[in-house]
Amino acid sequence: MAQELKTIELPIHTDEMMINMGPQHPSTHGVLRLVLRTDGEVVVDMDPVMGYLHRCAEKIGETVSPHQFVPYTDRLDYLSAMNMNLGFSLAVEKLCGVEVSERTRHIRVMVCELNRIASHLIAAGCYGLDLGSFTPLMYCIREREKILNLFEAVCGARMTCSYIMPGGIRYGDLPDGWVERCEQFVEEFLAVVPDLHHALTSNEILVRRGANIGVLSPEMAVAYGCTGPVLRGSGVAWDLRRHGEPIYTKMYDDYRFEIAASVGGSYPKDHVYPAIPPHAVLGDSWHRFYVRMIEAFQSALIIQQGLQKYKKSEPVISEPMKIITKIPEGDAYVETEAPKGQMGFYVVGDGTNILKRSRIRSSSFCNLSVFREISKGCMIGDIPSILGSIDIVLGEVDR
Amino acid sequence: MKFADIAEMVRNRLPKAAVSVVSDAVDPWIETTSGSLVALCQFLRDEEPLRFDMLHLVSAVDEWTPLKPPKKNPKTGEILAPGDDPNRPDPGFTVVYHMSSLANQHTLVVKVRVPRWQNAKGPKNDTNLPALPSVSGIWPAANWHEREVYDLSGVTFTDHPDLRRILCADDWVGHPLRKDYAEPKAYHGIEH
Repeated sequence: MAQELKTIELPIHTDEMMINMGPQHPSTHGVLRLVLRTDGEVVVDMDPVMGYLHRCAEKIGETVSPHQFVPYTDRLDYLSAMNMNLGFSLAVEKLCGVEVSERTRHIRVMVCELNRIASHLIAAGCYGLDLGSFTPLMYCIREREKILNLFEAVCGARMTCSYIMPGGIRYGDLPDGWVERCEQFVEEFLAVVPDLHHALTSNEILVRRGANIGVLSPEMAVAYGCTGPVLRGSGVAWDLRRHGEPIYTKMYDDYRFEIAASVGGSYPKDHVYPAIPPHAVLGDSWHRFYVRMIEAFQSALIIQQGLQKYKKSEPVISEPMKIITKIPEGDAYVETEAPKGQMGFYVVGDGTNILKRSRIRSSSFCNLSVFREISKGCMIGDIPSILGSIDIVLGEVDR
Repeated sequence: MKFADIAEMVRNRLPKAAVSVVSDAVDPWIETTSGSLVALCQFLRDEEPLRFDMLHLVSAVDEWTPLKPPKKNPKTGEILAPGDDPNRPDPGFTVVYHMSSLANQHTLVVKVRVPRWQNAKGPKNDTNLPALPSVSGIWPAANWHEREVYDLSGVTFTDHPDLRRILCADDWVGHPLRKDYAEPKAYHGIEH
């Protein structure tokens, strides 16, 4: 229905209106404000206004040592704190030339993939919520709760973990019984995935509200610096776990997974996923959502591999660097594949234990910059659908 | 392509653009001038074996450090170690562009140096900010990054389509990521 309305050339124009959406609007996923210019129900132009959650993370990064800055990275993308910790830690490790032990590497992979699942579950559940389907969110929250319990077991914190530190991980080896709990979680999660597909991916209402809405071409996605599921939803097979810096890709070298992107019209065939609806176009909201669902499934398989590798590895855990560790002069930039996209940290050291500059490349920030282009000409009601499929976190946009 | 090949190609084709090439750093970089920045970026994006189609990040690093006062003997007032010269040369900003090519799978870092103030003897306020040419015409991704650099570090970009503050409020005074930034005592009567 919405799709047919969109293609009609409206012969009668109404008065232009400025509509203010947010910063308290629930479907803006935080404190984002959208200034919409509308012609009747059609969005002619829009301007995202941000900064309501600006907490000066980069300025703070110039006053504390890397060790002390890790808790601030938790609060960037607070739905995937482990991935934020990892990105910053790798950047500092690259600058200092530090390597971590094999067992530490497998633990890092496992907790990061767990957090990817948690983040994608929130993205999927909230997407359903934005489009008027409340129940799937509860299924998602239930699974995410189990992941948060696992995090609580390794580091005592559920969301602001500060677990991965430059140089290693905190609190030594995994606690007793964690591996078994994790195995149990993965099994339960894999059993729930078909339910989620049933309730969300192939849900007729969700397909109608997402298919052919907010179409993002691959060229535009690359030009605007869009990354992560937003880029892969446009059919670009680009995943930093395979294409990134050596310091990052070697973490995933011995893991088997396929990049969740449609290449030549077909998604990876490692599992039977729901069929693509006939009116979905590559690069639309539905495809971005679909990529996340595939990634969540693949992450569970990566965790299974990680558990096996963890059991076989030497029990040597790398300790984090000290607060007083001197950071060499020079600069290093590392991007990692966080759930929302490529998260980059640019660190500049000046020979003291405090960084001269810690610049953060936020994936949500770059993904949001294309929002204005892809939402021109859509209906006001499609705005939550497009924004939900871009999946931003304002803590990361505003830093 | 390896960094050495990229640098060689830039040197051959745009000899004036590469002021210096540092290849032994953690992340090797090419330093250019503000005058040849746009031509270099256009070349890097369009030339076939390079094709840097994605701009990841634009960041400004303030190289200035706060002045150190002379070290004195507290009893006699005798100067034990001299402090920094207040007239020391302007170290300026380093503006760093991180880019990569999805088509050819390589990355590059380009750096440009700009003074901290356009006119060294001019007033230290918003009328005297340094300027760089904008690359938002080459990569649309640069649009918001340059707005952020302007907002937080106070480097302006000429030919930018929409150079407004992005994270701080529109009426905020000063650029917080400058090392000599002084926090305002109050904002709209709100004190801290």
